[in-house]
Amino acid sequence: MSILHTPMWRRRAVDRLATVLVTGAFVLALFPLFSILWTVVSKGAPALSPEFFTYSMRNVVGEGGGIYHALVGTLLVTAAATVISVPIGLLTAIFLVEYGEGRRLARWIRFLVDVMTGIPSIVAGLFAYALFVVFFGEGVRMGFGGAVALSVLMIPVVVRSCEEMLKLVPNELREAAYALGVPKWRTVLKVVLPTSIAGIVTGITLAIARVIGETAPLLVIAGLSDSVNFDLFHDRMATLPVFAYSAVSSPGVPPGPSIDRAWGAALVLLLIVMLLNLVARLVSHLFSPKSER
Amino acid sequence: MATSIDVSDLNIYYGDFLAVEGVTIPIAARSVTAFIGPSGCGKSTFLRSLNRMHEVVRGARVEGKVLVDGEDLYGDDVDPVDVRRMVGMVFQRPNPFPTMSIYDNVLAGQRLNSKRMKKTDADDAVERALRSAGLWAEVKDRLDRPGSGLSGGQQQRLCIARAISVEPEVLLMDEPCSALDPISTIVIEDLIHELKAQYTIVIVTHNMQQAARVSDTTAFFNLAGVGMPGRLVEHGATEKIFSNPDESATEAYIQGRFG
Ligand SMILES: Nc1ncnc2c1ncn2[C@@H]1O[C@H](COP(=O)(O)OP(=O)(O)O)[C@@H](O)[C@H]1O
Ligand SMILES: [Mg+2]
Repeated sequence: MSILHTPMWRRRAVDRLATVLVTGAFVLALFPLFSILWTVVSKGAPALSPEFFTYSMRNVVGEGGGIYHALVGTLLVTAAATVISVPIGLLTAIFLVEYGEGRRLARWIRFLVDVMTGIPSIVAGLFAYALFVVFFGEGVRMGFGGAVALSVLMIPVVVRSCEEMLKLVPNELREAAYALGVPKWRTVLKVVLPTSIAGIVTGITLAIARVIGETAPLLVIAGLSDSVNFDLFHDRMATLPVFAYSAVSSPGVPPGPSIDRAWGAALVLLLIVMLLNLVARLVSHLFSPKSER
Repeated sequence: MATSIDVSDLNIYYGDFLAVEGVTIPIAARSVTAFIGPSGCGKSTFLRSLNRMHEVVRGARVEGKVLVDGEDLYGDDVDPVDVRRMVGMVFQRPNPFPTMSIYDNVLAGQRLNSKRMKKTDADDAVERALRSAGLWAEVKDRLDRPGSGLSGGQQQRLCIARAISVEPEVLLMDEPCSALDPISTIVIEDLIHELKAQYTIVIVTHNMQQAARVSDTTAFFNLAGVGMPGRLVEHGATEKIFSNPDESATEAYIQGRFG
């Protein structure tokens, strides 16, 4: 049957059906988002108080206490993961884009990065645990181990986003630098990186946002603690996701206050992620090459 | 200080593909030499082999000799980075560095190589280069603004200023006006006339009138056939090439019968 023979009313009906389906799917997709936001904000907001941010859970039974120790832990572990992942990820991306063209090594690295992207987070945690057991023996717990686990998850994300950003730098700029008698490494350092810095920083920020909510690997290697620990290399270190997990999974009696704290921690985590997104936008705005118009 | 170039029997490859074959041509110091020919005949490729930009492309290589003041650019102990300091280049599309101000763009050659300069020396160098490029009057009040805010013609003159501020001896230009409006084109052509007092200039152009207007010597490149390498058909004084060329192909091309 040719399209000319399709009756007009039928085409209109199909058209309308498609519109309804697409709009419906969109609303359906938004529904969980808003429902999550609403739940976390409405349940978490009451828990927020100055005490909540400045107290740990040391010697707290029932009401009171706070997330100070977990907040410190999350910031330290994530910062350490960033310090590990960014140099490795960025240098790998630079190698792939600037030096790897057509090389077998580059194809291998791309393949491995793809594989790494798919590693389940618990596997990353177990890997870090196994690695640290080699040096510190069975039962080791330390924040730095968590940072290593998060790095395993973060590095491929950083490589991929930096690679995309470096590829966006027009080849003409590289050639302009070469033609001025600038060696390749200086061209990469002083032309390619500055030109793409906005995108790179944005990508890194989003990679941080991606791993900051990881729970499983931190549960395995960083463990749980009720007190503040500033030392990444000794002892257990609480983190926000693990704090929320344990506050819900073993709330004590009565469970109410503990569960409220879990929602509070969830809200804080969400706020951090949103803040990171905001920072990413700000940074890309600030660092983008300015033009007069 | 300008320098003559002597190319002999140059074959230029992309991997296994022979793009340009057997070019032999002398290029006189302090003169303008124009390369003309249909597109794809290897003008850009040949031009880029004169400052070793050709080998930036992976797998690209050349056979033969390019002597600049008697020294072979492709000698074993010659660093391509040094060659490019001596033989500058201006590209088809203006490509100022978007992260740099006009001032820093002019000094890009020094800045990117982390060469230390006194502020007064830097100021002088910027003014001198911008004056030579005929851009000083237009930008002297906004040197700290980004170069990307300039018009296309101004950007191209900024790129010329950037190229001459590293004090090369030869200036290669690959269709420097093809992305510009007619007024900017005239400005650049006038500029080329002035620059040839100091520099040896080689310009690729697809515009026959431009070749006739700016050059002292013209070289005509052509393809022997589809998939065949580009060749230098003939070269000589521009007047002669345009009025009375030796080869019929040159005459046909100049009269617009092909290409
Ligand atoms: N980067 C490259 N890789 C492979 N082949 C190329 C490349 N650049 C140009 N060529 C080939 O070399 C030949 C000459 O090209 P080009 O020098 O750009 O010609 P023109 O500048 O005269 O138009 C063409 O056949 C073109 O396809
Ligand atoms: Mg060309």
